[in-house]
Amino acid sequence: MANDLLKVLTQPYWIKVFVILVALSSLYAGYPLIFDSKAEYLTTDLLIYFLVCCLIVFISYIRQQPHLSGPWKNVFKNKIAMSSAVVLCFFIIVGLMDSVHFRKADISNSNLTETHYSTNMLSLLDVSLDYISRNSEKTYSAPFAIFSYAKENFTNDEGVKYRAYPRLKHAGVHLASEDDYLSDVISKSISGLGIGVVISMALIGITLVLLKRSRASSYLAIIAALIKNKLDLPWGIMLLTSAIIIIFSSCLFYASAFYHVMGTDKVGQDVFYLTLKSIRTGLVIGTLTTLIMLPFAIALGVMAGYYKGLVDDVIQYIYTTLNSIPGILLIVAVMLSIDVYIENHSAFFETAIERADIKLLALCGVLGITSWTGLCRLLRGEVFKLRELEYIQAARSLGVSDTKIIISHIVPNVMHIVLIVVVLDFSGLVLAEAVLAYIGVGVDSSIISWGNMINSARLELAREPVVWWSLISAFSFMFALVLAANLFSDAIRDAFDPRMQGIK
Amino acid sequence: MFAYISRRILYAIPILIGVNLLTFALYFLVNSPDDMARMHLGAKYVTQQGVDKWKSERGYDKPLFYNDSQNSYKKLTDTIFYNKSVKLFVLDFGNSDNGRNIGGDIGQRMWPSLAYALPVFVLGMIVYISFALLLVFFKATYVDLWGVVLCVVMMSISGIIYIIAGQYLVGKVLLLVPISGYEPGLTAYKFLILPVVIGIISGLGSSSRWYRSIFLEEINRDYVRTARAKGLSEIRVLFAHVLKNAMIPILTGAVVAIPLLFMGSLLMESFFGIPGLGSYTIDAIRSQDFAIVRAMVFLGSILYILGLVLTDISYTLVDPRVRLN
Repeated sequence: MANDLLKVLTQPYWIKVFVILVALSSLYAGYPLIFDSKAEYLTTDLLIYFLVCCLIVFISYIRQQPHLSGPWKNVFKNKIAMSSAVVLCFFIIVGLMDSVHFRKADISNSNLTETHYSTNMLSLLDVSLDYISRNSEKTYSAPFAIFSYAKENFTNDEGVKYRAYPRLKHAGVHLASEDDYLSDVISKSISGLGIGVVISMALIGITLVLLKRSRASSYLAIIAALIKNKLDLPWGIMLLTSAIIIIFSSCLFYASAFYHVMGTDKVGQDVFYLTLKSIRTGLVIGTLTTLIMLPFAIALGVMAGYYKGLVDDVIQYIYTTLNSIPGILLIVAVMLSIDVYIENHSAFFETAIERADIKLLALCGVLGITSWTGLCRLLRGEVFKLRELEYIQAARSLGVSDTKIIISHIVPNVMHIVLIVVVLDFSGLVLAEAVLAYIGVGVDSSIISWGNMINSARLELAREPVVWWSLISAFSFMFALVLAANLFSDAIRDAFDPRMQGIK
Repeated sequence: MFAYISRRILYAIPILIGVNLLTFALYFLVNSPDDMARMHLGAKYVTQQGVDKWKSERGYDKPLFYNDSQNSYKKLTDTIFYNKSVKLFVLDFGNSDNGRNIGGDIGQRMWPSLAYALPVFVLGMIVYISFALLLVFFKATYVDLWGVVLCVVMMSISGIIYIIAGQYLVGKVLLLVPISGYEPGLTAYKFLILPVVIGIISGLGSSSRWYRSIFLEEINRDYVRTARAKGLSEIRVLFAHVLKNAMIPILTGAVVAIPLLFMGSLLMESFFGIPGLGSYTIDAIRSQDFAIVRAMVFLGSILYILGLVLTDISYTLVDPRVRLN
């Protein structure tokens, strides 16, 4: 068996994949040199890196197997699915940028012989958004406001005390007079819009050039095919989606340099920055949970179905027991216990960030337990059916070992179930984070997440005037991610679930 | 039937033992009672006397499994495992960490929970099934398409947002009903309307879509074609034939939830101040009252297993092909 594996891996195709993986790994290990800093690998960062590698291998494997890549072609032809995939890509890029952490060299101590690194752990996203995040105000301020939300005491030249809304320190400081405010907001938005249009035109141009290179036809013919959706992929709708996102976000990013586009929160942090930082938390919970639970669910589900008898009884007992505890109560019970454990063993963790990170991972693990049982049961049922099929019987009578039958005949044939469950679970997990944050067993309060933002924003609605911006920002980003994930997973389910074929 | 049910109940015992051991391990092996005491008393500035006092007041000062200092059977019964875990099997939940009797609290608080959860369950089923049937009736038209789009959009909104938005709009802007609170008796209705409506709306997306897919699966069967060929109206086909046959998969999901209605909803109850078991659990989580959490986990699994048995029985009632033996 090891020989077979070696034979497969020395094919030129897999060597190419291997080169890509090595390049990625060396980039991940070597990037601190570019920033003159020291890399920090949080546990979740490493798991995300591992997940990316797994995905690359998985995609390469699927591309080689025509019967597995067939359903994917249906997904790729689906317009809604591909435009949601584009949305997801933008979220994933932000999430990945936020998963590369390092400490910058401390310049203030440069006279020392050895380099000291600042205690502040930054991510690539933090560095790129530095121009937003460093502009902290004192307290709440509305989106695009130049005055604070709360009145303060002032003394005028004649010594008379009065109360007024103070000017914000970092919003609209370039304005000569307050009368220019409205025209300035509009002009800044239009400039942002212009930048966005230029970037998306460039993107469309590059795509056209690439499309033309792969097909020997004129630009006009390609544009016509693009609009009529006659190409292999719905490029038209994909480009349109990217253009909308790029234009919209360049408006926000450009205006952020001058205003707080989504306002500031209670301690004056920019809400736009917080919302972007939350993307990583949402993605981590949605993906790592699956990554953690998959090995258990697949191994146990397949074993139960394949070996039957005592093995089946034991595995069934395990998942029935876990399943009989209502999910939310199980999460609560485990997380409370883990809280106490972490609290009493705080010496294990060097920094508060590491501690919060481990807690995030623990949360993923616990969420994994609750979603594992369903997948396990589905797999068991499917393997029950598969093991009686002729090709498996044939393999068995030829004397192929059980391990080999499971790995090469059974597991690839249940992967579509795994895939469907994984993508369907994702959006539920992102939504669950908000609920758990409210209940008080969610991610650590030091981690920025949509759940924590919504949870603190719900009390702000009681203020007068209403502080609505943190809630709306967190909600709309979360909604965009979950909606895109839901639409994408629907397309995958339709393509892979044989039961859904007749219906629609 | 009787033999079947008694076998199911016997089968439930090892599962409950498993749940029991799991919670015991979580709360007494992963963390010692000393750890819990420190957590409660404030991790840093706490003396050993303080820890011992806290433990003895709550009965955590005994050995875990085997008490050597006692005589005969008390060697086994005068332990944490017996007092805190084994007694759960006779529904003796003991006292919470702040000294109240958990069993008494549960008996009192399950009724408000039921007052919220039962209407959501019954009305919800009616609304979801009607909506799904409506979509199926207009199958392959714009009504169906936009209905499904609405479902997907509603599914993508967090439950918390529904509550916050509902409370804000109805309670604060329109001033129709109180934002939160509860009164025992019939006057409770005005406190329950809003949570019930929000509860139903927040489940509309996923449930209707799920029921729609069940109906669509039925609608391609031979008997439906026969019914149409006989010249029955589409409404009659849907209500008299499809709905009846689709009840079987619908029941699987619904009946199992009935006993759990007693547990209420963690989110709704704590947002709307309904003094049910859901808000009881939330309060316990916030005050880190592990005794209550353990009791609720055990109660939850008992009710879930009861739900499974009920599901099997309900099968025999709606599907004459199913016999339990």
